[in-house]
Amino acid sequence: MSKLLLDIKNLRLSFFTPAGEVKAINDISLQMNEGDVLGIVGESGSGKSVTAYSIMGLVPFPGRIIDGTIDFNGHRINDMTEAELRQIRGNEVSIIFQDPMTSLNPVYTIGNQIREVILLHTDMNKEQANKRALELLTLVGINEPEKRLKQYPHELSGGMRQRVMIAIALACEPKLLIADEPTTALDVTIQAQIMELMMELKEKINMSIIMITHDLGIVANMCEKIVVMYGGKIVEAGTSDEIFYNPKHEYTKGLLRSIPKINAKKHEKLIPIEGTPVDMLNPPAGCPFAPRCDKCMKICLREMPEFTQVSESHKCACWLLQKEAFLASAGGEG
Amino acid sequence: MERVAKKDQKYQEPKEGALIEIQHLKQYFPVSDGLFSRKYVKAVDDVSFYIKKGETLGLVGESGCGKTTTGRSILRLYEPTDGKIFYDGVDITHVDMLPYRRKMQIVFQDPYASLNPRMTVADIVGEPIDIHKLAHSKKERSERIMEMLERVGLNSEHANRYPHEFSGGQRQRIGIARALAVDPEFIVCDEPVSALDVSIQAQIVNMFEELQEEMGLTYLFIAHDLSVVKHISDRIGVMYLGKLVELADSYELTFHSVHPYTKSLISAIPVPDPKTSREQKRIILEGDVPSPLNPPTGCRFRTRCPYADELCAADEPEFKEVSNGHFAACHHLDKVK
Amino acid sequence: MTVKNKPSISFHMDVSDFLPAEESEKQSVDIMRESVSFWKGGFQRLVRNKLAMASLTVIILVMILSFIVPAFYPYSYEQQIRGSENLNIMEYSEAELARIEAGEKVFPHILGTDSLGRDMAIRIMMGSRISLLVGIVASAIILFIGSTYGAIAGYFGGKVDLIMMRIVDAIYTIPDILIIILLSVTLKHPLKSLAENVPGFSWIDTVGVGLISIFIVFSLLYWVGMARIVRGQILSLKEQEFVTAAKALGASHTRIIKDHLLTNCIGTLIVTTTLQIPSSIFTESFLSFLGLGVNAPMPSLGSLAAQAIGGMKSYPHRLLAPAIAISLIILSFNLLGDGLRDAFDPRLKN
Repeated sequence: MSKLLLDIKNLRLSFFTPAGEVKAINDISLQMNEGDVLGIVGESGSGKSVTAYSIMGLVPFPGRIIDGTIDFNGHRINDMTEAELRQIRGNEVSIIFQDPMTSLNPVYTIGNQIREVILLHTDMNKEQANKRALELLTLVGINEPEKRLKQYPHELSGGMRQRVMIAIALACEPKLLIADEPTTALDVTIQAQIMELMMELKEKINMSIIMITHDLGIVANMCEKIVVMYGGKIVEAGTSDEIFYNPKHEYTKGLLRSIPKINAKKHEKLIPIEGTPVDMLNPPAGCPFAPRCDKCMKICLREMPEFTQVSESHKCACWLLQKEAFLASAGGEG
Repeated sequence: MERVAKKDQKYQEPKEGALIEIQHLKQYFPVSDGLFSRKYVKAVDDVSFYIKKGETLGLVGESGCGKTTTGRSILRLYEPTDGKIFYDGVDITHVDMLPYRRKMQIVFQDPYASLNPRMTVADIVGEPIDIHKLAHSKKERSERIMEMLERVGLNSEHANRYPHEFSGGQRQRIGIARALAVDPEFIVCDEPVSALDVSIQAQIVNMFEELQEEMGLTYLFIAHDLSVVKHISDRIGVMYLGKLVELADSYELTFHSVHPYTKSLISAIPVPDPKTSREQKRIILEGDVPSPLNPPTGCRFRTRCPYADELCAADEPEFKEVSNGHFAACHHLDKVK
Repeated sequence: MTVKNKPSISFHMDVSDFLPAEESEKQSVDIMRESVSFWKGGFQRLVRNKLAMASLTVIILVMILSFIVPAFYPYSYEQQIRGSENLNIMEYSEAELARIEAGEKVFPHILGTDSLGRDMAIRIMMGSRISLLVGIVASAIILFIGSTYGAIAGYFGGKVDLIMMRIVDAIYTIPDILIIILLSVTLKHPLKSLAENVPGFSWIDTVGVGLISIFIVFSLLYWVGMARIVRGQILSLKEQEFVTAAKALGASHTRIIKDHLLTNCIGTLIVTTTLQIPSSIFTESFLSFLGLGVNAPMPSLGSLAAQAIGGMKSYPHRLLAPAIAISLIILSFNLLGDGLRDAFDPRLKN
């Protein structure tokens, strides 16, 4: 039985901006075991990135956790001080970002930036850290590592920079790697390289990964468990097979219907999801997806649906699933 | 004397039935390398293709391949370094473009940067009408603007608002309305859905298809996402470092591609289907895309190609027909699996 | 599909809740927020800035004092009242006292009089008028010449830009005070004969050669700062995709510069101009102080300050009043300019 690594319970997080309160995360709960590869799928405004940042306590001002708990590897994240959080960042949990151009400091060499995290969290001296940096560069598939250590970020290509980011993230062999759209800015052939690298590394050092993306192809390829977010809420969660072959939420279904598939044998009509993404300053009172949903019912606009457990691993928050049960119970009593 | 004759021989008569044709298009950008030496980025290096009336030609490739530059050069937003551009049989490489700007339009990738933040939606869509004097009264002008807005799924309430009040998908619609306002025949779609949320992409792609049917448009659809390109295009061209490496009918290219780069491109695309993904055999290319300032000699793809040999380094492969309507540039097509 | 949980009814639900929702119900969630244009948004931000509003109030007050009040004031700026020389604040001359006793109402000299018996208060007000006029007119000239020049240089780039900016560099090196002095000396006689001989040019006498020289120099030299700023803005703006889009539509160079480039600079233009005004006022005051500005008897805050230096020990208010006036005007414009920049700077918008 795998050990529980991450346990988020009823998390609520809002940004208190001059324009109003943005409920970026509106009551989400998720769990992750060691060795899992979890995919968080969503679009802009879904809250997926903010969720990842909150695991590391990295949510910037004016964001604030207003409710719920985050338990990671035995730590209660939301109760920790900044100094305590710094101990585990880069050490037990690491993150790689979308844009490798801006995530690396342009005025320091690659070697410097990798050594920095090693020296921060271990007792190694500079020489040992340098050796480790070389190991890491080789591990992530960068050729001529001695040369690279002395180079600056602008001298490397996008793909290589992302590999360096991964090297930095793995330097202290974290238990959890959070990857926030790591391949969106890369060409598709480079993306394939990076994805393969991440899976190899997961096997080698037994790392858990949270993969945040909007690309359903990537999650199908890499993730065993998937969480679908929309408008700050989790709308559906399950195994990869369950989500792709038995989607229950209208949003999930809509996404799957609307993406063109490279291996389609003939021209299929794309069925888009109508409407516009949710305005997070003014979210609807009930289900955030209701205004765009074909099957929207009156109650959907009023009340937030609760989760229906479709199977042991598969849950979905939708009134449609609750409808039968309710009507049955209402009819039975009447 | 001989040299001049050779040059003329390069160009052929424009193809019948082709609305757009480019022959040996070259687009080099000067980059100063120190005080005295001048280097060139060969963004587009001898590319030729045609697009039939009513057809959609897809152009795919990764960053630095020159697809966006090709699209913009056809519209003469950059002046071509060499080569010819034909519109409906007429050589437009050096003519005054104003009358052609009515027939050839473009939709841009970035819905945030391609609209003037200080202009209302009505002014943005009205500008081409004003430039080409398509309305003879204020009433006619606003009627035409409203017609365009409705066509792209917006309404009159949106006319007096500013771009920053809209979502990415809506802004893209405004950009499309602007392109349609002149009633064009040909539109270059420069990565029009890449910057949009996934759930909105399908809306815009569908809209492009509907508009094509309603208005008889011809498209050059440029994108890096081969799935989207395959869906909307009749034929697809694959570019690498400024060169066209393969061109074929969409389904032919997707399932029967012959060029090693195309094959790896297709296999690199993660399919949103777990079972297929698990069974998918991936061709993972080594290394990075070379710099366009210093492209490899001979075949530009040879530094990453599993089949490359000395011939590939010495000689640039010719872009020729391998089967009906299917073109590719490779020395070792018989070896490629 | 088996439903494992029954809905926990923590709020009231009934069967009708599960009916499909009407389109209108869904639409109401989708209303757009109120349209806030660039000007409205910026203006709202400006109004919230208390310091800027206070400065604006001061400027308006000064304008009223300089332009409106003199029309109703019992004294005029050149009127020399015999017997009322060198009066102190609120002091009356003997002749005036006599008149008061005789029952006449004599308006007090709020700031006293100068050595020629001229009321200081009205002179300060007129001086402010001159300073403001010079400041605003000069800034308008600078705005027009500078922005056009900078826009052309920035837009066309290449050789055009190269040559135009080298000219700007050359102009920067010219010592402005020297040119003003030279001009006011050389232009004195030609302009005087113009005023005397050609009808319609008599105003030259009132305004004075000095002031005209100042305006000429502003037009020749001072626009370069604005040109550089505008050129910089245009250079970055013209790379934006909406400019390429305009080109693709077939827009002419004029249309692009006017509708796409300069309109996006307006915030910068307003701010730069507003900050140019106090700079122009200061320059004029400085030059008038040196005696190169307006002709006597027309007062300028600078010339008033110059005249007051002699009697500084005995009549300090004669120096303090114009000095405070200049400082107040310049400070108010600077603070207003800062407030405008904060309100309209697009970078501060999130």
